[in-house]
Amino acid sequence: MTKRSSVLVIGAGHNGIVCSNYLAKAGYQVEVLEAQSAVGGGAATFEFADGFWAPGLINAPYGLNKKIYKDLGLRPRGSKTSEELNCIALDRDGNHLILNRFGLTGGEVSEKDINSYRIFRKEFTNYSKVLDPLMVDRPPRLKDMDRKDKFTLIRLGWNLRFGLRTGSMREFLRVGGINMYDVLNEYFDNPRLKAALAVDAVMGQRMGPRTPNTVLTYIQRIWAETQASTRLPTSKDILEELYDSAVSRGVNFRLDSKVTRIIVDEGQAAGVLLESGEKVSASIVISNADIKTTFLKLVGTQDLDAMFCHRIDNIRSEGNVAKIFLAVSKLPQFRNLEQKNFRHRLLIAPDQRYIEHAFNCVKYGECSDKPVLEITIPSLVDPTLAQTGFHVVSISAIYAPHNPNKGWTALKTVFLDNILSSIEQYAPGFVESVVAKKILTPADVEEQYNNLGGHWHHGELSLDQSFMMRPVYGASQYDTPIQGLYLCGAGTHPGGGMTGVPGHNAAKRVLELAGSA
Amino acid sequence: MQSPTKQAGPNHVDYKEVLAPTPFLEHLDCYCLTQDWASWNGYKVARVYDTLASEYFAIRSTCGVMDLTPMEKYRVSGPDALLFLNRLVTRDISGLQPNRVTYVVWCNDEGKVLDDGTIFNLDGGHYRLCSQHHQLDWLLISSLGFDVTIEEETHSIAALAIQGPTSYSVLSAAGIKDLDQLKPFGILNISVNGIEYMVSRTGFTGDLGYEIWVDPCHASELWDMIFSLRERGLFDIRPTGLGALEMVRIEAGFILPGEDFNTAETAIRADHDRSPYELGLGWLVNFEKCYFTGKRALVAEVGRPIRRKLVRMCIEGNKVPTDAFLYDRQGGSRIGTIKSCVWSPILKTNVAMADVIYTKGNPPKKIWAEIYYQKELEWRATWAQCHISDKPFWAHRRSSLTPPEKF
Repeated sequence: MTKRSSVLVIGAGHNGIVCSNYLAKAGYQVEVLEAQSAVGGGAATFEFADGFWAPGLINAPYGLNKKIYKDLGLRPRGSKTSEELNCIALDRDGNHLILNRFGLTGGEVSEKDINSYRIFRKEFTNYSKVLDPLMVDRPPRLKDMDRKDKFTLIRLGWNLRFGLRTGSMREFLRVGGINMYDVLNEYFDNPRLKAALAVDAVMGQRMGPRTPNTVLTYIQRIWAETQASTRLPTSKDILEELYDSAVSRGVNFRLDSKVTRIIVDEGQAAGVLLESGEKVSASIVISNADIKTTFLKLVGTQDLDAMFCHRIDNIRSEGNVAKIFLAVSKLPQFRNLEQKNFRHRLLIAPDQRYIEHAFNCVKYGECSDKPVLEITIPSLVDPTLAQTGFHVVSISAIYAPHNPNKGWTALKTVFLDNILSSIEQYAPGFVESVVAKKILTPADVEEQYNNLGGHWHHGELSLDQSFMMRPVYGASQYDTPIQGLYLCGAGTHPGGGMTGVPGHNAAKRVLELAGSA
Repeated sequence: MQSPTKQAGPNHVDYKEVLAPTPFLEHLDCYCLTQDWASWNGYKVARVYDTLASEYFAIRSTCGVMDLTPMEKYRVSGPDALLFLNRLVTRDISGLQPNRVTYVVWCNDEGKVLDDGTIFNLDGGHYRLCSQHHQLDWLLISSLGFDVTIEEETHSIAALAIQGPTSYSVLSAAGIKDLDQLKPFGILNISVNGIEYMVSRTGFTGDLGYEIWVDPCHASELWDMIFSLRERGLFDIRPTGLGALEMVRIEAGFILPGEDFNTAETAIRADHDRSPYELGLGWLVNFEKCYFTGKRALVAEVGRPIRRKLVRMCIEGNKVPTDAFLYDRQGGSRIGTIKSCVWSPILKTNVAMADVIYTKGNPPKKIWAEIYYQKELEWRATWAQCHISDKPFWAHRRSSLTPPEKF
């Protein structure tokens, strides 16, 4: 039987829900098809061991872009107080360094570094503002520009020239394409401070601190941070508020409905085929799946131009982050770390060379023997994740290759041991406290989330895959060569994280091209 | 053990020799009085063997033989071979029967022509694609998502073109039977003296003619089979070079990618590439069939008035308008250029391929060529009026007659 619904969204990840929310608000009848048994995609909680729940793939989301809260009338949930998310660069001897967007404390940082940090934050926040016109909208096309494309470029130029002072503009143009390693060395002396900032620039990318382009990824991260509402939400909070508002607008969620094919008729999207064999018709199909899955698996190359497919095939989308979830019988005993700080991001990255050396391994198809770790303890924020008296520790570990030379079966325990022994050095007795563990390598992420490559952002956020080149030339404005098929996932501009901006931009584009229902 | 000269392929090139020998070179060399060699895809081929006129008239009046080995050849096979080819080319080839050949062009995503060529349905799910330029990269790019195998067989297939009114009689006399029922664009597989040949009734001359395909190790047998007739004084059979081919192909109205137009792959500046419509090949574009690369762009293009076109033109007078500019009147505005031209000895007129600007989708009402020519080392200029021709200049009924006439 063929059912009719006017818009289909493939994938109930947060971008899919944001997008469907906007379209339902505009009057469309929206149905979201989700392969898993829960909404949320990578952000959904799942039980990784008996009685222990993983809070989703993302450790510390900044929260959705504030425009989305406003547009959709979402009522923020989560922690009641407006708490800052700190980043704590752990030290073996207990001299932990605490960073947030306002300043530094601890870690024996010099007065000079504290001053430099203030200047650095201010400067980089200004750089991120330059990108503003590019972000919460479709990126401009450079060929066959329409009025809006030209206007966006003019605003970008204006921001660059007049938003920044002459000195800052020159500096922005100087550092925009280079690597974080050099820039941080120019600003700071303290190695742990530099490493903590470098982690933000490289986490989720196949990049080390010395890789060109890492300044840009850092700026994009700052942008997401400054644009988010100033709370400390969990991904569960974000999902729930999004989901509830979507449902209240009449969006229909169909779980356990894996899409196997996007039906194309005469160059026009006509619906999808589900794994069950059911055909669902729609004239607008919006894919929240990653770009390669969308075009190479769901649409198929037969209905697309050859060079376009070639570009899609060449997107670099191999993930490098492994997720580790641990159930522990007691909180880790980091020397000298106050209990209240356990709610924040804990980093193990002593210096930039340490990160770079960890990165060297992945270049050659090996996992890092001394991995860089970002640790959070989500059960402190949401006690329901763990059994009483226990805690859940969530770790993002870099670098883990997508397809290691020796294969993951042999390497998984090795990598997990590397991670545990790294933590043990900072928190003695930690390994003993672990009662259950689960590791998701990029290959596991690929399989579990139908995300080819298992990349955080569905594709590297490198300069050649950003803005008007994201995901590729020819599909960078959320519409695609297939009429009626749109993209709304992290693979589109401005990329992943949990900002909801791709979903927002895609919905805006659908309304622009297809009109309000 | 075979002698190295009998094998095709750059791997067997003598290091002192810049150009690769084709398997026919040792035979051709004896006929090449001019030693006027040129490179065709890196192979050594002659521009002219003795005189241009004798070779031209061999093709038009008797029988010319040309070494086709350097032509780019690809074998496409596998379960998705037909799907792959149909997504590659603009024409619908789903109806191409086994042992039939068809002429095709293919475009990039923007609907600009990359190359033209022929597809041979070799039966058993195998296809051969012949092209003017190297296309392996594009074929491999296009094969993403298709279950096909693409092999370059340029160097592992030797071929001779036997073209001209007596070609049928020559091949029949040489022992190739069943040729009488072979229609234009048909393929005949035949064994002569224990050697397997593939004969196709195809060519680039617009005349009656055949192309014979064989394993390079049997190239000499093929050569001897044909040229022994000449030695016995039965037919006037002559090797023909690139010069004569250029003359006859312009007469026949066949375009040459890279000469008559910039292929999309080599075009650097915007607007220097051409769509099938701009080459007069709109009849090869089929929107009814499955999606093919460039379709979206071409559908959009059809809706707009055509801006320029590669046309066939006759030019009045006897001055050859080589590289001439075209004007809307004598001394008027420039509206195009001659791409390739020749004085046609058989038609007694100048014929040319020309790139002409159209206004509002219409050809210019009048076209004048400004022709520069030399008289006793003194340069002169003259004007000649040009006339667009919708049909090929040369199309003889003998080229399509089945069975062909005996001469």
